[in-house]
Amino acid sequence: MANMSSQDKLSHDLGMHTEQLTGRTQETFFDLKDDGGFGYHDAFDVDFNKRAEIDASNMGAKEINARIRELMTEGHGTIVVKNPGAKHSLAVGILNRLNLIIEGSLGYFGCGLIDGPNIRISGRVGWSCAENMMAGTLVIEKNAGSTFGAAIRGGDLVCKGSVGSRTGIDMKGGTIIVGGDTGAFSGFMMQRGRMVVCGNAGKNLGDSMYDGTIYIGGEITDLGVDAVPSELTDLDKAWLTRKLTMYGLLPEKGVNHFQKIVAGKQLWNYDNLEPTEKKLIL
Amino acid sequence: MAGSSYKGSNIESVDQFLDDAAGLGSEREQEIGQHIGYRYDVNLVPDYQRLTPFLKDYLEFMGWDDLNWLEDVHMGYEEGQPAIFDRNINGWVRIPDEFKLPDNQQDRDMVARELLIKFQMSPSHPLVQLNKAYRKF
Repeated sequence: MANMSSQDKLSHDLGMHTEQLTGRTQETFFDLKDDGGFGYHDAFDVDFNKRAEIDASNMGAKEINARIRELMTEGHGTIVVKNPGAKHSLAVGILNRLNLIIEGSLGYFGCGLIDGPNIRISGRVGWSCAENMMAGTLVIEKNAGSTFGAAIRGGDLVCKGSVGSRTGIDMKGGTIIVGGDTGAFSGFMMQRGRMVVCGNAGKNLGDSMYDGTIYIGGEITDLGVDAVPSELTDLDKAWLTRKLTMYGLLPEKGVNHFQKIVAGKQLWNYDNLEPTEKKLIL
Repeated sequence: MAGSSYKGSNIESVDQFLDDAAGLGSEREQEIGQHIGYRYDVNLVPDYQRLTPFLKDYLEFMGWDDLNWLEDVHMGYEEGQPAIFDRNINGWVRIPDEFKLPDNQQDRDMVARELLIKFQMSPSHPLVQLNKAYRKF
């Protein structure tokens, strides 16, 4: 401050000064010999053989989710939820290994943000089931609503029945498997991952998809913008056979009839604009 | 899902991105003078014959029949160095220079998966500190 000119001082007083920032880019090191186990640092130590049941008939969604968490803290690795009554937002945010069995149906946003558990649902699910799923398996025995697996990033999401529209919208990884049909705009803005539909697909399949792969076993009403057919390779067939067998959904006639849809890559325009922008700046 | 291309270009050798850090393969990349996107094939199908013992134990622990979310994890390359993308920190984790890489992409991917799990479960992972600082319940 002492060496500042009067003009600098005036500017400084007006708040127009620059400040020298110190610090460095974050660098984190870790030792490969660190024994962090197989779960997150604060994961609950659960035993798959320790089983508990929740009768959810007279409980609210928040209460049910808190109870699931409480049972995990007690070491229960298998939890059965009875009478879920199609309540919304059940079994969300589970970042742990766990066998969760839901006997009944869920409302919307069920099992969102899960990272690790294996969940089986004997009934149906509403909109946006498994939204932002990170890891684990989720198997639904009946049908699912729209935006099934929205923005999923990892894991296996399986619906043995049919699903609504916009399945896997904005998906960034993982696998979505549908035993029946899927609605319009499935795979909309898909960025990565795999979607397998054993039945038919509605209008605008894979519209504006950026990357990833869609396999359809039935009829496709029509393809969306920049979604194009591709060759089904032996690797594709092997992968499809393995994955569908895992969930008991392998068609009797095998997988040779599946159609493969990928991005035509004509929408990758961002990079083309960049040099123009740079020239404008320079 | 063949495993031979990345972002519109072809992968010609397993060390392509180590030998040529700039890696301007496609016409578009040469035009703009920089690499586009991932440095690996995001659609490469894992070869389950190459699972490491650590990964086998991990899958058994989690109760999964296959690699699950790790199917989407591959060894990538950042500025000529092998690295793995960690979605939990939205950043690249670089592999130390002294680490000897296998000679094929499938084994490299398995190594990447193992290292990523070890990093994510380590007490040194940045999420552990963030959790302490910001966790509300």
